[in-house]
Amino acid sequence: MTTLTHLQRLEAESIHIMREAVSEAERPVMLYSVGKDSSVMLHLAAKAFHPSPPPFPLLHVDTTWKFQDMYAFRDKVAADPRFELIVYQNPEAIERGINPFDHGSGVHTDIWKTEGLKQALDLYKFDLAVGGARRDEEKSRAKERIFSIRSAQHRWDPKRQRPELWRLYNARTSPGESVRTFPLSNWTELDVWQYIHLENIPMVPLYLAAPRPVVERDGMLIMVDDDRFPLAPGEVPEMRKVRFRTLGCYPLTGAVESQADTLLGVIQEMLLTTTSERQGRAIDHDSAGSMEKKKQEGYF
Amino acid sequence: MAHSDALIAEDIEAYLASHEHKTLLRFITCGSVDDGKSTLIGRLLYESKLVFEDHLAALERDSKAVGTQGGDLDFALLVDGLAAEREQGITIDVAYRFFSTEKRKFIVADTPGHEQYTRNMVTGASTADLAVILIDGRQGVLTQTRRHSFLVSLLGIRHVVLAINKLDLVGYSQDVFDSIDLDYRRFAAELGIKDIQTIPMSALKGDNVTESSTNMPWYTGPTLMEHLETIVVDEGATGPFRFPVQWVNRPDLDFRGFSGTVVGGAVRPGDRVRILPSGTESNVERIVTFDGDLDEAIENQSVTLTLTDEVDASRGDVIVAADDLPAVADQFEATVVWMSEDEMLPARRYLVKVGAQTVGATIDHPKHRIDVNTLEHQAAKTLGLNDIGVANLYLDRPIPFDAYSANRDMGGFVVIDRLTNATVGAGMLHFALRRADNVHWQAVEVDRAARAGTLGQAPTVVWFTGLSGAGKSTVANLVERKLFALGRSTYLLDGDNLRHGINRDLGFTTADRVENVRRTAEVAALMADAGLIVLVSLISPYRAERRMARDLVGDDAFVEVYVDTPLEVAEARDRKGLYAKARRGELPNFTGIDAPYEEPEEPEVHVRTVDMSAEESADRIVERVLGIDR
Repeated sequence: MTTLTHLQRLEAESIHIMREAVSEAERPVMLYSVGKDSSVMLHLAAKAFHPSPPPFPLLHVDTTWKFQDMYAFRDKVAADPRFELIVYQNPEAIERGINPFDHGSGVHTDIWKTEGLKQALDLYKFDLAVGGARRDEEKSRAKERIFSIRSAQHRWDPKRQRPELWRLYNARTSPGESVRTFPLSNWTELDVWQYIHLENIPMVPLYLAAPRPVVERDGMLIMVDDDRFPLAPGEVPEMRKVRFRTLGCYPLTGAVESQADTLLGVIQEMLLTTTSERQGRAIDHDSAGSMEKKKQEGYF
Repeated sequence: MAHSDALIAEDIEAYLASHEHKTLLRFITCGSVDDGKSTLIGRLLYESKLVFEDHLAALERDSKAVGTQGGDLDFALLVDGLAAEREQGITIDVAYRFFSTEKRKFIVADTPGHEQYTRNMVTGASTADLAVILIDGRQGVLTQTRRHSFLVSLLGIRHVVLAINKLDLVGYSQDVFDSIDLDYRRFAAELGIKDIQTIPMSALKGDNVTESSTNMPWYTGPTLMEHLETIVVDEGATGPFRFPVQWVNRPDLDFRGFSGTVVGGAVRPGDRVRILPSGTESNVERIVTFDGDLDEAIENQSVTLTLTDEVDASRGDVIVAADDLPAVADQFEATVVWMSEDEMLPARRYLVKVGAQTVGATIDHPKHRIDVNTLEHQAAKTLGLNDIGVANLYLDRPIPFDAYSANRDMGGFVVIDRLTNATVGAGMLHFALRRADNVHWQAVEVDRAARAGTLGQAPTVVWFTGLSGAGKSTVANLVERKLFALGRSTYLLDGDNLRHGINRDLGFTTADRVENVRRTAEVAALMADAGLIVLVSLISPYRAERRMARDLVGDDAFVEVYVDTPLEVAEARDRKGLYAKARRGELPNFTGIDAPYEEPEEPEVHVRTVDMSAEESADRIVERVLGIDR
């Protein structure tokens, strides 16, 4: 071997970042969202510390509204002896029965995810959380640091972010502050897919096309994944061959019609496709610059 | 996408296989918005067909609403990030963009040409292999071109593309191109930049970006994209083996590995290595990875090494080729780039992170500051935001290092503020001022404990801090008298008195105040070492310096006394008439008036002079000091 390929470089960089994260933090945790980027992160974590198991627990901030397939997949991961999984659900959201239908996507996401994450980090006193966000996902993320500082209120202040030079990451915090670390910062969506293919990484089957019951809402195809879905009078879910390009809460995640029922088929479609990844998520459409706003409020 | 759609459609597997062997190129673009930089990057993304339809729809909408191209596609909007700066129409940070072609994946660090340029450009350049420097063909080599080129050479980027842009506005003139090219090469030679590819361009019209220009038949060189795709940048990656230990991998008693990233050279099982700074030698036994053991690990690979001997190494140590060693030193000459709005304070204690280790450090007065526009060396007492200077760096302990010019990872460092934990600077090590292996502490048999023993007391530094006129000297004098009466050996260091002697060259600027405290702390520490109980009476307004004094003396021998008198009270007393003078503006930088006082957070003794007499206060302090005795 004389030179590394771009994927080898990206993999080595991610491993380096994860090792820095655990070495510099007192109580690190890895956020686990069950999506494909999380699958890649788990794989990298296994590599980074081999033959030791990853020296941090996984945290799933649950909303109770994920796809059934995601819960099944998550439980398989939890059964792997190398990983310790913590599941957290915001008790206030449970009590108030927060859901996307009655409360809207904004309130739902804010209380279950944004608040839930803050509560879980405070409860377990995690001072560093490793997440799977990438810089290519959205314009406001292009400037995100690999080690990103959050205030005691978990707010992201662009002015307090630290310059990152060479491979030197400053993860030091003052009391109450915490760090978000993004080992996949320099990966693109294609890199992630290519890596999943090359390394044969398991992922939730929802990424592959299959006949699924869907209804059309505001131009998005939404899967009717359980009987909590309030159908309009006379509305009947229709079986269509669909897949998902991102995964989240099922009532907020748009499906795309597709014939790609293999990984290679998905990559092929992705390469030939013309819409970008986050478009399937209702959350980004709320207002211009909405991701940036969410970030300042503490959404991952 | 620029990827061949036909192959993707026909044989996705073959397509992916061909893409597994792409390499990675990281580059930085330098120039201002006026040079068409955002337009250039936007076009690279656009022409790679990496702009998705929904982004494109947004671009069309935005181009009409806020675009500067009269409703035509404004590529600059594609690379424009945070909402705040969209409104201002400038970019204010480093943004990273990604695109790929058949041959390579690219990571572009996009840095603004305006405000904060030095900090941002240095950050972006630190990970780049190549720099694209944009010049407006109508303007030629400008001050900012010199600045960008200087920073590129400072950060050790070996390859430069000089993109002479906007040639459509000068009639695609070869004469314009030739004269700028010549002009630039003359200047770049002074900086030692050797590999320069000059490309005539119009980013707006697309000439020579990805397509050869038909408007400039006189140019036969590569387009920008061709050059980026084919340039060889890692020819220098063959130095001696260097491996900073990031994490000690110890799953059970049978396995002890050292995890890290190879930052120089290569390593194979059987290689003789040395662990620095301890100097222990061993041989590499295995190169362990999740995917099985390797025969060789090369630069940029993240692996875990096991050694044939049971040797000790911890995070921050560096495993190196035994026959090609880096130097080990604790004093260096370095170039420092200051990145904080709080100016650098010589003698203040910072943290420095090099490789995987973080060490206490002080930075001396700059030998000179470099004007990034003229490259002139200027005298400077300190460094402000975006200043670059050359200074000596003193570390608390020796570290293995290579000069930055030989190895970026072994010679690049960041400076961290101990209180805010912010990254306030970065720098490049040049050479050691002395080799640490020549400096041995004299082994002393008569030590602090022995000397204190003959005096029958525990050496202590009692540090009185507070506003001018708070009553520090009054209380300290009383404490000394009481201790003396009890047969203790003491010495009182009074700030005012020291300013007549050891500190008489210092004024009242922030930098001088820091140095004032540093010297006093050093003297106090020596006296404590001699066995004395040292009373220091000094305004010492900054937490960082009081902490430095504490670190120097040792936490268990340090008693911080906060003589707490409210400003109104101290000012009303004003025994020396100083407050009145300060209010009249005759004493600038007077603590409490126009210079800050940072209150102690957890002083060992807190004396509130409005509630407590000097006598009572002194008794409490004596109690506390003698408490240490027992």
